Amino acid sequence: MNIATPILAAAMGLAMAGSAYAIDVKIGVLNDRSGTYADLSGEGSVIAAQMAVEDFGAADRGINVEIISADHQNKPDVASTIARQWYDEEGVDAIFDVPTSSAALAVNEITREKNKIFIDSGAASSDLTGAQCSPNTVHWTYDTWALANGTGAAMVETGADKWFFLTADYAFGHALEADTSAVVEETGGEVLGSVRHPFPGQDFSSYLLQAQSSGAEVIGLANAGGDTVNAIKQAAEFGITQSGQSLAALLMFITDVHALGLDAAQGLVLTESFYWDLNEGTRQWSERFAERNGGDMPTMVHAGVYAGVLHYLKAIEETGTIDAGPVMEAMKAMPTSDPLFGEGEIRADGRKVHDMYLFRVKSPDASEGAWDYYDLVYTIPAENAFRPIEEGGCELVE
Amino acid sequence: MFEIFGIPAAALFGQLLLGLINGSFYALLSLGLAVIFGLLNIINFTHGAQYMMGAFVAWMLLTYLGVDYWWALILVPVIVGATGIVVERLMISRLYHLDHLYGLLLTFGLALIIQGLFRNQYGVSGLPYSIPDALQGGTNLGFMFLPNYRAWVVVASVVVCFGTWFLIEKTRLGAYLRAATENPKMVGAFGINVPRLITLTYGFGVGLAALAGVLAAPIYSVNPNMGADLIIVVFAVVVIGGMGSIMGAILTGFGLGIVEGLTRVFYAEASAVVIFVIMALVLLIKPAGLFGRVA
Repeated sequence: MNIATPILAAAMGLAMAGSAYAIDVKIGVLNDRSGTYADLSGEGSVIAAQMAVEDFGAADRGINVEIISADHQNKPDVASTIARQWYDEEGVDAIFDVPTSSAALAVNEITREKNKIFIDSGAASSDLTGAQCSPNTVHWTYDTWALANGTGAAMVETGADKWFFLTADYAFGHALEADTSAVVEETGGEVLGSVRHPFPGQDFSSYLLQAQSSGAEVIGLANAGGDTVNAIKQAAEFGITQSGQSLAALLMFITDVHALGLDAAQGLVLTESFYWDLNEGTRQWSERFAERNGGDMPTMVHAGVYAGVLHYLKAIEETGTIDAGPVMEAMKAMPTSDPLFGEGEIRADGRKVHDMYLFRVKSPDASEGAWDYYDLVYTIPAENAFRPIEEGGCELVE
Repeated sequence: MFEIFGIPAAALFGQLLLGLINGSFYALLSLGLAVIFGLLNIINFTHGAQYMMGAFVAWMLLTYLGVDYWWALILVPVIVGATGIVVERLMISRLYHLDHLYGLLLTFGLALIIQGLFRNQYGVSGLPYSIPDALQGGTNLGFMFLPNYRAWVVVASVVVCFGTWFLIEKTRLGAYLRAATENPKMVGAFGINVPRLITLTYGFGVGLAALAGVLAAPIYSVNPNMGADLIIVVFAVVVIGGMGSIMGAILTGFGLGIVEGLTRVFYAEASAVVIFVIMALVLLIKPAGLFGRVA
């Protein structure tokens, strides 16, 4: 029998199907599903990834996407084990989300070693696109430099220039403290001291008292999630905010504001890259998201997973392969475009750039109901929002 | 103002007081554990989850039924204690004749299930619960601002702890209990319903955990994981105090709160491990614990 016949038939079949050929992609969403960051990432990130696959119409374009998920418990060792297993045994092509900087840095290394793709949304450390940058990693949503540049600079501008830091004792807290200190000192402010608390913590009164006696005007909270919520609550309880010191929540998500309630959170200034009520595009998407997430609105981490998956699938369609090299090249070559972050790009160091926003938390009277929490103070344009590429010390930058 | 090890004395007094406040929670929780272990020989790993349930039931009473904090202080220990009684009757009572390990595994599993159920329903970010109006505000002590609510926590904890100690060590009911642990058959022969006594003791221990949960609700966020980290520390407290020793659990609870508070001033990074370091040292030098009797 002529060997050309089946090949010809197959080629014709594919041509009739309308796409080059079917590609199987396996995406792993790795994040905190039970601990302090579960509400800001968790199942919501899986929902966001699913929505991206549906909105892209992956199936109609000949891309068959499977999504799996796991709980890394905010531990770098657990995250490493799962990432290895996913790449080696489960055939995962790309890992998404990974909050908790120490865990993200671990997955960053393994992804480089296995030559796969890692698109981080949940972690904050600017080292991911700085000293530890990797040709296989994209850092999508925000980072410690952007937070420091937003909230830090805004606080110093109001004249509050003596700082004391209350820092979560792991990679993220250290990076956030360092980046914010740099901003404070650059703008003529002064850092009086810091205290590093175990992560996760529960009682912050001891540290708050140390901050109080330091004589600082601003207490910078270089922590996140439940730690930030508890610290703010206890600062009010111990009369720290009433006595004239102000709090700077350097990383705060909308789920934290929701947990804290507007009574305690009102007036806080914070930096985010996404808010559900920014424009028509974000509102429409967020309402669809909330329907599937028990009525809870998305955080910027969820938005970042959605936009990251969307861009990743575009790159796969463009290149017709799932190989990390060409896909990453295409992701960096194509401008990004989605309803949540608008137009943007991925730089050579893996940093995704877009506008950042400085928000102020509304007072209970000004809020029209659940999740109506932020007033936009100003927009930090993309070109100023992130660390200049040459300052990060990333080896991928010539 | 004079200084101690480079820390102003005023700041140090503040930290000592804060340590005492945290110690109140350790004391209340380790007391419940010590009662249950001392009288039932069950290592109750569900204790952290029951503490969490205490906070959640207080939140539910307020949110769904409008029952305020003061009623919650009485109702919640009864409600959560009743769930403890059900658990004891249905499950734990079947394990008394087996090794400790089985009780530990059962209660640990139960804790994971309870925490999982609450997490599924309420998420992990936490729910707000306000400080009752009567305890709002605070007093300026000169060296620190003491919120009235925290002062109340210390007083409530001291009263409950010593009340419990008195009940078990100094009353006739307590004597029955202690006798029933030593020799259940003999006590049963005197016409005392030993199984019921044991069941009620478990319910009482669980009620203590729930009470601690209600006390914690206004100052810590009410969330499903609030007991998970605490329970490990509290176990260390019980081990240091001496398993089953009631006075040991109380004194060690307050004492370790203070030690932890001081660590936060001098080297905050170590505050999460200092209790375990002490536990290791105590086990090396006095394996039965500071107040424990050698079996």
